[in-house]
Amino acid sequence: MSAPAAAKDALTAPVRTGPDYFLWLCGAASAGAIFVLGWIFFEIFQEAVPALKEFGAKFLTSATWQPNRDRFGVLPFLVGTVATSLIALLIALPPGLAIAIFLNEDFLPKPARQFIRFVVELLAAIPSVVYGLWGIFVVIPLIQQLGSWCAERFPNVPFLAGPAYGNSLLTASVVLALMILPTITAISRSSLVAVPRTLREGSYALGATRWEAIFGVILPTAAPGIVAATILALGRAMGETMAVAMLIGNSSRLSWSLFAPSGTLASLLANQFGEASGMQVSALMYAALVLVALTLAVNFAGEAVLRFTEKRTAGIR
Amino acid sequence: MRSILSVVVATLAAAVTVQAQQLSGAGATFPAPLYQRWSVEYNKQVPAIQVNYQSVGSGAGVKNFLQGVVDFGASDAAMSDEEIAKSPRGAVLIPATAGSVVLAYNLPEVKNLRLSREAMAGIYLGKITKWNDPAIVASNPDTALPATPINVAYRSDGSGTTFVFTQHLATISPEFDEQVGFDKSVTFPVGIGGKGNEGVTALIKQSPGTIGYIEFGYAEQNGLSCAALENKSGQFVAPTAESGAAALASVEMPENLRVWPVDPAAPEAYPITTFTWLLLYKKYDDAAKLKALKDFITYGLTEGQSYATDLGYIPLPESVVAKANAALGTIE
Repeated sequence: MSAPAAAKDALTAPVRTGPDYFLWLCGAASAGAIFVLGWIFFEIFQEAVPALKEFGAKFLTSATWQPNRDRFGVLPFLVGTVATSLIALLIALPPGLAIAIFLNEDFLPKPARQFIRFVVELLAAIPSVVYGLWGIFVVIPLIQQLGSWCAERFPNVPFLAGPAYGNSLLTASVVLALMILPTITAISRSSLVAVPRTLREGSYALGATRWEAIFGVILPTAAPGIVAATILALGRAMGETMAVAMLIGNSSRLSWSLFAPSGTLASLLANQFGEASGMQVSALMYAALVLVALTLAVNFAGEAVLRFTEKRTAGIR
Repeated sequence: MRSILSVVVATLAAAVTVQAQQLSGAGATFPAPLYQRWSVEYNKQVPAIQVNYQSVGSGAGVKNFLQGVVDFGASDAAMSDEEIAKSPRGAVLIPATAGSVVLAYNLPEVKNLRLSREAMAGIYLGKITKWNDPAIVASNPDTALPATPINVAYRSDGSGTTFVFTQHLATISPEFDEQVGFDKSVTFPVGIGGKGNEGVTALIKQSPGTIGYIEFGYAEQNGLSCAALENKSGQFVAPTAESGAAALASVEMPENLRVWPVDPAAPEAYPITTFTWLLLYKKYDDAAKLKALKDFITYGLTEGQSYATDLGYIPLPESVVAKANAALGTIE
């Protein structure tokens, strides 16, 4: 059948008269997702009300968490959450992006690149608890040695001060970095792949070196995707629970040192919810609310940056 | 055909009548290995009764018990009068076994560490930070203690073990009582937290110089050294089944069967020992279930006690068993 004939057939095909069930199905699924999100919010909020009334905004600025005295403040956990995820991002972003660029260039034959890609993405499939175990056996002894060394050399630098523990903020951050690496690489790579060939060819035709083409043309064009990768990775790092709870040392004290035990909101919830009662449950729900608000804020910020960079690079795509 | 059918029907009917009586319980993780052992051994004797115990933690055990989703609960911290008042079907506490909380440490070259009351509280208050602190050396004159920092480990999750341990520290040290207090979940001014007995055990095993409190059974299974602790009469007592039993014998069981042998005075008693309780309702609607439950618990209180020592628990004294049995009799 030739192409014009097919088009003619489509035009004369009988018009459907019944209701569009597929549309209904899709609509219901979307509404369901929104409903569930709202429900989760409502439920957490409702449970958190007593703590919200009791502590108000002081909950966020107080550094004492003493369940037996009914004193609750999440500042140490808030700091721990933000610090671990930012440090993890700082560690993971450069190599993650480098791997993505490497995989998108023709330094290696395609099968070899496919293999590397597969291995990196396999990192995402490892369960969180296995990362935790690996951290216990490998990262903790290393960090402990590094920590003791630093504490001896630089006793006056607050970030490196002792006593150095193996279960520390830095240990959790290092393992988190490994966990978010595949997210950064996979999403950055797909946005690099999406950069039109013509742009690359054009820049070479104008005499650009490979270095100039990558940094002057390809990376800026792929920037929105790379930003999205970063945001998603940050979100994952903030919410990660199991591996962090196994490695961070679960302390509720505030400390400047990278080698001091710390805690995150997610690990606090995982640790204390099972045995909590009374006001502690409510305070934990308040902490959950803070965690959700934090991840939402990150996502909104990500969305805003994404829109901005998309607008700026719209001309070249 | 008809005969085959009738055979099938008869077998089905038989299967229904011998269907096992299921009992479900949930609660404390500390006695879980013992309860699970009872369940297995009892099932061998009486296949018609199957007991399923989930070790979800004392707090969750009390919660499940109050919600009525289990046939029995279990808790290391018993139940407070407040909690008992909330139970729609009443509550009877039955002490089921007992255990000691030990201070396990990782110092490869130190075998018999002795800790005074002052040293113990000092370590957990963050005031004693080196192994060769004078407060520790004073009670270990013949031992060469290293000049390394003390890494303190505690439970990060809420737990009956923390309750018992901090209760003891708060009793022996007014400063600890004021600064930290006692409960299932407290905030220590020093150290790192591990989740569960196994989490703290891992922290201790992993790095030399670490000390942490865990159940005696865990220390034994993992071959960790335990410190001998100074008791109320000034003796240093190592955790053993005998020293634990001496602590239990030092308290008189009250009417409600809820008591902690806090800081026992007997010279041979280990200072940190606790009972752990089964939580039963006052009334059960299902007579068959009630009978099965009573039979199972009677088994645990008698024959079941013989497994206690093997698994690192302390068998209940005779007098406590008698009182527990009497309490069991009041349930309808």
